[in-house]
Amino acid sequence: MSVDSVFVHKMWNDNELSKMVKGGVPYPMLSDAGGKVGSVYGVYDENAGVNTRGRFIIDPDGVVQGYEVLTPPVGRNVAESMRQVQAFQLVRNSKGTEATHPAGNQVKPL
Amino acid sequence: MPEEFKAGCARPTGGPVGEKAKPGQQDEKESFHKKEERHMIMVGQKAPDFVSPAYHKGKFVNIKLSEYLGKWVLLCFYPGDFTFV
Repeated sequence: MSVDSVFVHKMWNDNELSKMVKGGVPYPMLSDAGGKVGSVYGVYDENAGVNTRGRFIIDPDGVVQGYEVLTPPVGRNVAESMRQVQAFQLVRNSKGTEATHPAGNQVKPL
Repeated sequence: MPEEFKAGCARPTGGPVGEKAKPGQQDEKESFHKKEERHMIMVGQKAPDFVSPAYHKGKFVNIKLSEYLGKWVLLCFYPGDFTFV
């Protein structure tokens, strides 16, 4: 989600991203004109007029399980996000009896 | 599930939905105060619902966060298209 319009999203996907990823971006590219949604999530930078790099993990009940906000120079690491989502999924599916450590090592809490 | 919309001249916009700010008069001072009070999302709390126009697989659609209940959602914000995300 960025403040760009859906038409800019289309151009970016059709002209650039689809050349890097076969079939283009598989998930919806959301448009947040004016940063209205970004403001609610606390990631809209009014001075710059853009959303900062915020990433939110929302579980199947619509509850925020985690978030991370970075200043523009540093991008996100997909593996990092996946590790967290998978850990939350494991915890949820095991009803809190298991937790994960990096590299997928599962540990039983005391 | 997401409804498709026709591309027109007007720039499609979305925004937060549900649980509106409390009704009643809202003078300048109050709205100013409110801005100051703005706080960050809390973990363990409901993610604020919103509707947002989106581009998805060649179509322009309106995406509502609450339509994704039952699934894990990774919501990513980034400064701008044509940059790294």
